[in-house]
Amino acid sequence: MWPFRKRGEPKPPRTLRRSFVTPEGVDLQLELGSAGARAAAFMLDAFLMLVILILVTIAVAYLIEGGKSQVLEILWLIGFFVLRNGWFVLFEISGRGATPGKMALGLRVVARDGAPLTGGAVIARNAMREIEIFLPLSFLGYQASHQAVDAFLVIFALSWTCIFLFFPLMNRDRLRIGDLVGGTWVVRTARTALGVDIGADETMERPRRRFTDATLDLYGVYELQTLEEVLRVGRPEAIATVAEAVRRKAELPDDGDDLGFLTDYYRALCVRLERGMMLGRRRDNKFAPSVGRRG
Amino acid sequence: MNAPADMPLVNASRFRATHEMDWKRLEGIVNRIERRGIGALTEGDLLMLPLLYRSALSALSVARETSLDRALVAYLEALCTRAYFQIYGVPTSFWTQLKDFFARGWPQAVQALWRETLASFLLTVIAAVAAFLIVRHDPSLFYAIIPDSLANGRDPSASAQALRDTLYNSKHQEDGLAVFATALFTHNAQIAIFAFALGFAFAIPTVLLIAYNGLMLGAFLAVFAAKGLGVEAAGWLTIHGTTEIFAIILSGAAGFRIGTAIAFPGRAARTDFAFTVGRQASVAMAGAVVMLILAGLLEGIGRQTVQVDLERYAIGLSVLTGWLLYFYLPRKRHVAVS
Repeated sequence: MWPFRKRGEPKPPRTLRRSFVTPEGVDLQLELGSAGARAAAFMLDAFLMLVILILVTIAVAYLIEGGKSQVLEILWLIGFFVLRNGWFVLFEISGRGATPGKMALGLRVVARDGAPLTGGAVIARNAMREIEIFLPLSFLGYQASHQAVDAFLVIFALSWTCIFLFFPLMNRDRLRIGDLVGGTWVVRTARTALGVDIGADETMERPRRRFTDATLDLYGVYELQTLEEVLRVGRPEAIATVAEAVRRKAELPDDGDDLGFLTDYYRALCVRLERGMMLGRRRDNKFAPSVGRRG
Repeated sequence: MNAPADMPLVNASRFRATHEMDWKRLEGIVNRIERRGIGALTEGDLLMLPLLYRSALSALSVARETSLDRALVAYLEALCTRAYFQIYGVPTSFWTQLKDFFARGWPQAVQALWRETLASFLLTVIAAVAAFLIVRHDPSLFYAIIPDSLANGRDPSASAQALRDTLYNSKHQEDGLAVFATALFTHNAQIAIFAFALGFAFAIPTVLLIAYNGLMLGAFLAVFAAKGLGVEAAGWLTIHGTTEIFAIILSGAAGFRIGTAIAFPGRAARTDFAFTVGRQASVAMAGAVVMLILAGLLEGIGRQTVQVDLERYAIGLSVLTGWLLYFYLPRKRHVAVS
């Protein structure tokens, strides 16, 4: 994003993780909403708006039959205006900071500087939707209704939309034009459940396998965390494969209990690596030097 | 540290056993706020929230340094992020924001736009005068400026009587007027939002939009002036037009501001400048929509009930004076609330 970066400022990383330091001085490592999730949230919102619009229109058309047409017409016009311009603004300005679509996908609009989201920011970011989505749409609709769809105009409208539609993909922070003007970005605030503690001993009666230092020196943090993931997902074939690989490398006999073996190995390795970390010797992966005594 | 024999050996597990209750409680509180708002909390929970949040934050720092359990760190990160935004990121309540908007935010935003407002106003006036002169000189050019659907019979070919009828006691459109006024309001409000949003393209489309608005104004007045109805037409326009045209001018000014901020950020970084300006200009734009609602009301009610030119001028001009006083009257500076 050449025109929009301060000179000398480091490029944001390629991942969607952004460092974000709270007033307490802790880096929260925010995760930005991916372009896919953002698009899905928008589709969901657009779909909901369309359903509401169609239902209300049918209801109004039905009621107009029974008289009182003027009041209903006025209400419909105002309702349409509020739906088009207010849906995003009113939902995002409320404490949730998210429209129903964003809520469903675990997204939230926040100010880039971490301050409270102001009404001005929300209005600015959503007014830009007018030129991103509604302008080309209504333009095409107008053209189509007049049966004078000029190829040139269609191409123009499409390329206009494409520029704005794919704008989030052209910068690493996934900012829309609206985010740029409003000073906001969209972060993931999905709920994460605290999984079971695989490091804890759930049963004390089962004898724990013991491993020699040489066996535990085979792996580092990266391998440990991969093993953690394998244990958490718990697919039997993955566990069998990993157990086989570890046994082969450590030259240990097969005792028929893959899960128990891996759990014990995980604990022993975790304890050893943590102890090394306490002493300032973090072993990031299996290629790094051992955390044990050197020499 | 000598851990008892039955304590788990893994750091993360010991750590978890000590703090898990607090995290669960924080999670419960945050869940409740996210679902039902801050009002759903008991007093005790409300007092505990910041404490629990800080302890979870420090647990996160500790876990990052001492624990290798990735799921634990991920859980704490997600929990702290959610709690952070409930504590620091929540906007003040909707009604407080609304009150602040009318008391300070709106007039301040309009004041900050005074240069752009002047430019937008001059553009409208120049375009209107130009269109007026053009149409007086060559009435056929009227059709080049105004589409038929908008002219609604008010074109150079109309008789003086027909034109006069559109200004006073227009019986033929009386029943549809309320609907028409609403349609006009939503249309104008959409234009105001466009004028703001299109400012992003270096304000060029906004300039065109504002100039076109001025052209239409001048062309209409020229048609009426040709039949000696200039003063009456201006009175008909003044009653709601002062508010309506002022609103369009202001939203145009908001668009100009965005465009110039992006084109010429000065010493500030473009992104930083774009949003400080964007947030304030959008407040002015929202204000313009409020003005258009009022203009719609004035049009729907005032035009029918007030038939005397002098009264029309009086109402229109006093409303305009009201706006000018509201926006530009010097007032005590409060601490800037962005």
